[in-house]
Amino acid sequence: MARIIVVTSGKGGVGKTTTSAAIAMGLAKKGHKTAVIDFDVGLRNLDLIMGCERRVVYDFVNVINGEASLNQALIRDKHCDLLYILPASQTRDKDSLTQEGVGKILEDLSKDFKYIVCDSPAGIEKGAHLAMYFADDAFVVTNPEVSSVRDSDRMLGLLSSKSRRAEQNEEPIKEYLLLSRYSPDRVKLGEMLSVDDVQEILSLHLLGVIPESKSVLNASNSGTPVILDEKSDAGQAYADIVARYLGEDKPHRFIDEKKGLFGKFFGSK
Amino acid sequence: MSTDFQKTPHAVPALEFKSSSFSVPVLVLSGNDLTAIDHQLQKKIQLAPEFFKNSPIVFDVQDLNKQDLDIDIAELTGILYKAGLLPIGIRGGNELQNNKALELLIPIYSQHHSVSTESLPKEKNKPETQKVPSAEPKTESSTTLITHPVRSGQRIYSTGDLIILAQVSAGAEILAEGNVHVYNTLRGRVLAGVLGNEEARIFCSDLQAELISIAGNYKVSEDLNESIRNKPVQVYLQEHTLIIKDIV
Repeated sequence: MARIIVVTSGKGGVGKTTTSAAIAMGLAKKGHKTAVIDFDVGLRNLDLIMGCERRVVYDFVNVINGEASLNQALIRDKHCDLLYILPASQTRDKDSLTQEGVGKILEDLSKDFKYIVCDSPAGIEKGAHLAMYFADDAFVVTNPEVSSVRDSDRMLGLLSSKSRRAEQNEEPIKEYLLLSRYSPDRVKLGEMLSVDDVQEILSLHLLGVIPESKSVLNASNSGTPVILDEKSDAGQAYADIVARYLGEDKPHRFIDEKKGLFGKFFGSK
Repeated sequence: MSTDFQKTPHAVPALEFKSSSFSVPVLVLSGNDLTAIDHQLQKKIQLAPEFFKNSPIVFDVQDLNKQDLDIDIAELTGILYKAGLLPIGIRGGNELQNNKALELLIPIYSQHHSVSTESLPKEKNKPETQKVPSAEPKTESSTTLITHPVRSGQRIYSTGDLIILAQVSAGAEILAEGNVHVYNTLRGRVLAGVLGNEEARIFCSDLQAELISIAGNYKVSEDLNESIRNKPVQVYLQEHTLIIKDIV
């Protein structure tokens, strides 16, 4: 059985898709057959970040409606043979997703894949609900600012009450905190919440901190998940996160100000 | 607008005011057709005549006013008396209806917020329920224990005491008919004694609440004194004023 991971946040623009792409690529690079699904029907982005937008023929909604088979819709990643992408439909809306349809696809994928990463849309409506409903693990992506933290808190509430595991009284979804766009300089200046502040509000296991980094935008624009940019701080942060998720013991980085090598990557105003 | 009823006088002292809460049936009206109300009421009462005989009743006209339907309060109370009920209060009435009710010596009750509503209407700075003669035994209250964090947007209601061992996030809402204990950081809205129990108290080990309320008497975060913030405190009611004190 595959492990289903939802990448969620509530708030938009915090880095869900970037994270989904990086995590999925990271897991695949570690030798696990991984699928990543874009749940953002109508606002399809994952294909761009993964650099496969020119190869989209069928999509998620086609598979749900039985217009295409799963194998027809899955796109194999050009960087890694073990990674497949299921793109969202751009011409439909979130109502095209049904719980039965999503459940069926996840069940079918589970037979073949080790990890399934669900890239949740922003918000708490249908798309986000279905993205997290079947999850085993949740990566809650949060920016170090109050509205993002509150939205994440709301999402955590939904994960613990509106998911399949909650409804069927199974072991709850494992929740992990990913703090993205973190800038130690700005934390020091008091312009940003610190890791401790966020953890105090959310009381959640910290899986990793992703620094604010130019490499993320570059990676997005070029359609290569940032984790492949091994020289970049954000890429390394995601690599650490994948390793920690798989049980490796990696000390946290990018929390404090660094001088020298990585210093230049840290966000300036 | 106190409606306290007194027992027969004792020797010394002659009287004493006490607060207590009762469970009273509420007749929620959704139409203003008095003939239909009369008819349907009689039908309902025939199902359990003994239960309704001389039962006190509060009638709720909030839904009618929402639909802009008016109702003759005098006629309505006539129907209630005829059915063997003793109207002891009006709820959700407009000014005209309330005045009419007062003329008929029927007390006015403040709006009651339903537990099932998604967003709570603005709290009234008054006890929600006041002393009324009891008609039926008080419903069994029970303590609710919560061990997981109460997240933003979540809402917990306890018919008795509420004990929470994890944090209560900003944007969460915890309500209890009895006391509330939070053995962690309290950031959300907390309402104790929601049915008017003025003896209810709130305890928490780190007060950062957005709103605290006991029996409808509330304070918002902005009104909280800095000296009791981020501290273990208890909150109780003294003469309709919320007292917040350190627990040492």
